[in-house]
Amino acid sequence: MKSVILLKYGEIFLKKLNRKFFEKRLLEDIKEKLKRCGSFNVTQFQSTVFLEPTEDNFNTRIAIELLKKVFGISKICVAFYCPKEIEKIKSLAFEVLESRMNEKNIKSFKVETVREDKNFFLNSMQINVLIGSFILEKFRGLKVNVRNPEIILNIEIRKKCYVYVQCIKGLGGMPTKTNGRALALLSGGIDSPVAAFMLGKRGVEIETIHFHSYPYTSERAKEKVIELLNKLSEYLGKMSLFIVPFTDIQLALIKNINKKYLTIFIRRYMMKIAEKIAIKNSMQSLITGESVGQVASQTMESIVVTDNSVSLPIFRPLIGMDKNEIISISRNIGTYEISILPYEDCCTLFVPKHPIIKPKLKDVIEIEKNLEKENTIKEMLDESIKNSEIISSV
Amino acid sequence: MEIYLDNSATTKPYLPVVKLMVYNMKNFFGNPSSLHAKGIMAEKLIKKAKNQISEVLRCSPNELFFTSGGTESNNLAIQGIVRANRGKHILSTQIEHPATLNTLKYLESIGYEIEVISVDSDGVVVLEEIENKIKEDTVLVTVMHANNEIGTIEPILKIAKLIRRINSNTYFHVDACQSYCKIPFTVDELGCDLLSISSHKIHGPKGVGCLYVRGGTRVSPIIFGGGQQKDLRPGTENVVSISAFGLASEISGKNMLESSKKMRNLNNLLRKHILKNIDNVFINTPLKNFVPHILNVSFKGVKSQVLLNHLDKEFIYVSSGAACSSRKNKPSYVLGSIGLSPDLIESSIRFSLSVFTTIEEIERTILCLTKLVPKLRRIGEL
Repeated sequence: MKSVILLKYGEIFLKKLNRKFFEKRLLEDIKEKLKRCGSFNVTQFQSTVFLEPTEDNFNTRIAIELLKKVFGISKICVAFYCPKEIEKIKSLAFEVLESRMNEKNIKSFKVETVREDKNFFLNSMQINVLIGSFILEKFRGLKVNVRNPEIILNIEIRKKCYVYVQCIKGLGGMPTKTNGRALALLSGGIDSPVAAFMLGKRGVEIETIHFHSYPYTSERAKEKVIELLNKLSEYLGKMSLFIVPFTDIQLALIKNINKKYLTIFIRRYMMKIAEKIAIKNSMQSLITGESVGQVASQTMESIVVTDNSVSLPIFRPLIGMDKNEIISISRNIGTYEISILPYEDCCTLFVPKHPIIKPKLKDVIEIEKNLEKENTIKEMLDESIKNSEIISSV
Repeated sequence: MEIYLDNSATTKPYLPVVKLMVYNMKNFFGNPSSLHAKGIMAEKLIKKAKNQISEVLRCSPNELFFTSGGTESNNLAIQGIVRANRGKHILSTQIEHPATLNTLKYLESIGYEIEVISVDSDGVVVLEEIENKIKEDTVLVTVMHANNEIGTIEPILKIAKLIRRINSNTYFHVDACQSYCKIPFTVDELGCDLLSISSHKIHGPKGVGCLYVRGGTRVSPIIFGGGQQKDLRPGTENVVSISAFGLASEISGKNMLESSKKMRNLNNLLRKHILKNIDNVFINTPLKNFVPHILNVSFKGVKSQVLLNHLDKEFIYVSSGAACSSRKNKPSYVLGSIGLSPDLIESSIRFSLSVFTTIEEIERTILCLTKLVPKLRRIGEL
């Protein structure tokens, strides 16, 4: 039996005039992702990508694992094919089902046919009946169950006839780099990589930024963020991480600001630096992992005050999610295990015991004006940006 | 200038050890079990290493078994004894290394009864507790010789005598990874049946250790294979590392009195100046009966991770608690056992010296601490 991988689109099929662009990006993403799996041909036709190995040592198992990390694919099916002749279709259907039955005891099935080639002499219903009754004859004890079958035998009549019984769920979403560029703030915690992932899933090209407070946090905290970057790039493709030295700014803030406002101002200045870097590198928005009410700095009032510090839009895809929901996604995408490494929170030094929960924008702006009048904080921001380190994902 | 003060975690290999490893790797790659000349040469290297180590421990070379390190030695000793002998009761202490504690935890999960002896505020085991807890069914007592976090030396011989007096069938294992070649002792002076030592703590390579098993002691293997090392620890021997371990033992053993004295003087200097120059510090290493290379200090009000990073920036390398536990970022159970409050545990730093440590390095460390600690405290208070 010769096999081919059929990939079904997610939302791309809703596109009309610019569909070609998305399809092209999807094929590029697939080729890039599978470049180490051996050689293959990849073509696209009617909302389906056909991935055909061209050498025997093509590793289908690993290819499927990698395809599960490609945005824009909703289903991954390993299909077998034969010419469009009814006898050949029958025997292929038998073989495919038999090999599956050998692995698993199956009692009910149904046949589902898609006839893309409208010139084929039978219509979908007729094929379902013909193949279904043939299968019933061949396997004793097997029954048809149209509503809730244990297995669906899929038949697609195209240039050739494709038969498959197993489909794996893909990631969905849109192909990478089809929807603008954004800079995601990575703290090293659980939430921020999930936020970056979620916008990446919508086709946004993501770059990342991390604020490093060495020697108040350890070098390992930085290594951890680099690990997160590499994990994310398994989905999002090649990306960069801007590591911005932040210690001096933090120390200046500690010295000059009432401690209860400290977190607010740390966030405002992080946003300001992120915005400068984003604009300089032609990115159109910022992404954070805030979820409303999670901590003092993520109350509605605090978010308003943070938001006000920049003019670029800040996207917060986790804003309405519970911590459990966020953790569940982070486990699925594999960032959780990295995020919980303990190197982040060694810097509780900078967290006030009683932060302000409902800051007033007017007060914050007043404090900031005075701060910037008396201090060189603005120069410090530029200095930090100048001294930042840029790391590329592997 | 880099100042390496994390020698309890691991040590820099001696140069002759490194050279020997390269030489042996090039020239003596044979399998020590092979019957031809290449094999015999390799076997000779192992014999030599056994002689070098037995020279320090004053035991028979036949009582030594090479392992992959301290962790495996402890595992082999503990699991090996309980598998080969009767008795379901094991005694240990609160402040053992995780290699011991987690082996015991596992044994507890499969039905052994584990009892843990407490320690006093110096980290010394309470002898009366051992006396009261040894019973008919006690198959093993396992105690570390010197603690890896605070440096306390345990009264091993006294424990050994207690055990002999109360139950002569009970075996006694000592984890000597932190004391071997740091303070002079022989296996008879300790009175133990089994003893674990590790190479990379004494300027040898990582990945090799040794278990001393007193002749006549019944021990079962915990891994199975092709019969090497009297079937107790099968697997082709790590010839190059074993030979290097032998040399490191010989060098460390020969210089022990001198290096021990040197480290003790520097340790005392560090202790004295920290106390003199900085307020609100607490020395967690006891005043007597401690290994010369360890000094554990709490700088109240400064998180140890923060101080560690700042020292790192000055190229001074120390550790917060034990290296193994600082990875997990959990508060040290050892410091908890000696009754330290959480804020002192959180602010504890372990300095550990070696024979390579110089007075200039200690002076610079004191200088940096004197500068950094008040500065970090000020920031913490703001």
